[in-house]
This record gives sequence, structure tokens and C-alpha cells, in this order.
Amino acid sequence: MRNQVSQRIEELRTEHGNMVPIEDIGEIVDGIMRSLSGDLTGGDLKLYREIESLAAYIEGAKAEIAAIRPQDIRDEHIQTATDELDAIVSHTEEATGVILDAAEKLEAVADRVEPVSGEEIRSAVTNVYEACNFQDITGQRITRIVRALKDIESKVSAIVTTFSGVPGAVSKVEKPAPAPSSANGKPSDKELLNGPQLPTAAQSQEDIDALFNSLK
Amino acid sequence: MAVDVNIPILIVDDYKTMLRIIRNLLKQLNFNNVDEATDGSEALRQLREQQFGLVISDWNLEPMTGLQLLREVRSDIKLKDMPFIMVTAESKTENVIAAKEAGVSNYIVKPFNAETLKQKLVAVLGAF
Repeated sequence: MRNQVSQRIEELRTEHGNMVPIEDIGEIVDGIMRSLSGDLTGGDLKLYREIESLAAYIEGAKAEIAAIRPQDIRDEHIQTATDELDAIVSHTEEATGVILDAAEKLEAVADRVEPVSGEEIRSAVTNVYEACNFQDITGQRITRIVRALKDIESKVSAIVTTFSGVPGAVSKVEKPAPAPSSANGKPSDKELLNGPQLPTAAQSQEDIDALFNSLK
Repeated sequence: MAVDVNIPILIVDDYKTMLRIIRNLLKQLNFNNVDEATDGSEALRQLREQQFGLVISDWNLEPMTGLQLLREVRSDIKLKDMPFIMVTAESKTENVIAAKEAGVSNYIVKPFNAETLKQKLVAVLGAF
């Protein structure tokens, strides 16, 4: 093939000098392409087409991702959501503090009234203290949600970087390393930090007691 | 013999609300000698500096967790026999097993009520 091309170029030079018409260049390139196709196997061509369609798919995905503006998700939506959740934790903590202030004052009053009424007040105050457990539990649940949102945020950031066209940009979303289990197959300390379970999955104090007492 | 309600108790939790609730519930049971810590390291420092008769600790603390605090307590020659109650939202079986293996005296799952706290105090310290 190389010889044929060289021969054709020589013919063109003889005929036109160094000013070769565009159509003749096209003819040579076409010849080269035809010969290349001839060198490819059926499998190579199939692979080439698949890569080509994959490239088109990626281009389409990039366009779609650009259309949903992932940087907005990162910079506005997630940021707003985490700020709101932080505010909920702060407000509930503040409100619980006020409730506890009131309960403590009532408890002090209980000491100064007749015993029967005082006992009733103390019982009601105990219920208030117990109910205020909610602040700890909701706080832990919200903290888990905030962590999940921050995880999503970092993944969105990686996507934004990947599709920003910056040379050397991160080409894949980094997955956080799983908490390693201890050598004896037991859960690691990190794996034991799960926070409150959902009510449907949580064990009751009775379940815990039964388990605790069954262990040596 | 009844338990001395003046026994010094250290309560450990990173939520100030929770510290306040436990302190108030203990007060209702006439335990008034209560100190507080908001993480495991601070608790350990207090335990090594002062005399305590009971630790009531949350699990989910940073940087030193309640479980790590428990292990430190059990490995300290002066503290190893300290009664230690874990009060936590961690209710998975593996958590209870891990705490038991680390030497916890009893285990309360959040949210809890005053009666549960009283029962566990009796179980760990004796009648009062």
C-alpha cells in the first residue's frame, strides 16, 4: 500500500508540481482509509463501533448532566439542606433547654407543696425529662442525614470535576474505604457506630436485657 | 447494705441536654454527687484525677468513644473494677456483645425512662 501511495504522489508531482488539487488529495486519503479498513478484522470493527457508540453515549450523558447543573446541587441544594438540618438541631436543643428549665422550676415547686400534690408534680416532671430524650435521638438521626448529604456532595463535586474538561481531572468518583473489620472477624469499632435504629429495626430494652443476660 | 447515695457519679455524653436529663433523673433518685464529661478523653482524665463510684456513659462520642473509654477503664489497674453503665442509642446485637466483652456492667438503650435507669442502678450498685 505504501508503495502505491508513493507512486501516486510521484505521478501527481510530475503532473502538477508541488501544487496538488484538493480532489486528488482526497483520493489519496480515501485510498489510505480503504486500505486501513482492509487491515481491520470484523472483531476490531465491532469494537470500534462499540467504542464510538460509547463515546456518543458519554457525550449525551455529559450534556444531560450539564443540563441539570450539578454544581447547583452541590453549591445550593445540598448546602441549603445541611444548613436547615443544622438549624433544626440547634432549635430543638434550644427548645429542649427551655422545657428543662421549666421542668426544673416545677420540680422545685413540688418540694414546697403538700406531699400528694408534690408527688404528682414530680411524676409529671419525670415524664418531661423522659420525653426530652427525643433531642438526643433526633440529633443523632439528623447528624447521620447530614453526613449522607456531605457524602453525596463530595460525589457530585467529583462528577462536576470530571465533566468540567479540566486536564488531569478526577476521572472517577472515589469510594470511601469501608471500615476494616478486626482480624478476628468481629465488627470494628467504626462499624459499631450506627446511631439510633429505625423503630421497626430497633431492639427494645427488654430485648437488650435478654441478650445482655444471656452473654457470659 | 443499702447503697450510699452520695457515691460520686460521672456521666458522659456529648449532648448537654442528655447530661442534664440524666443528672435530673439521678437527682430524683437522691444521687446528687454528679460530675459531667462531654467526651471519652475528658472522662478518662477526670476518672484518673478524682474518685468515682460509677460511670454512666454514652457510646457515640468523639474522638474517644464510650466503648474505648470502657476499655481504658478496664485496662487501668486503679479503675478496672469501676461500675460502668452504657447508655446509648446503639441497639444492635453486635453492640451489646462488644460492650459485654469489653466488660460493661449494664446497658441502657435510648430513649430510656426513669424506671429503667433506676433498675440498672440497682442491678449495678445494689438496692438504695
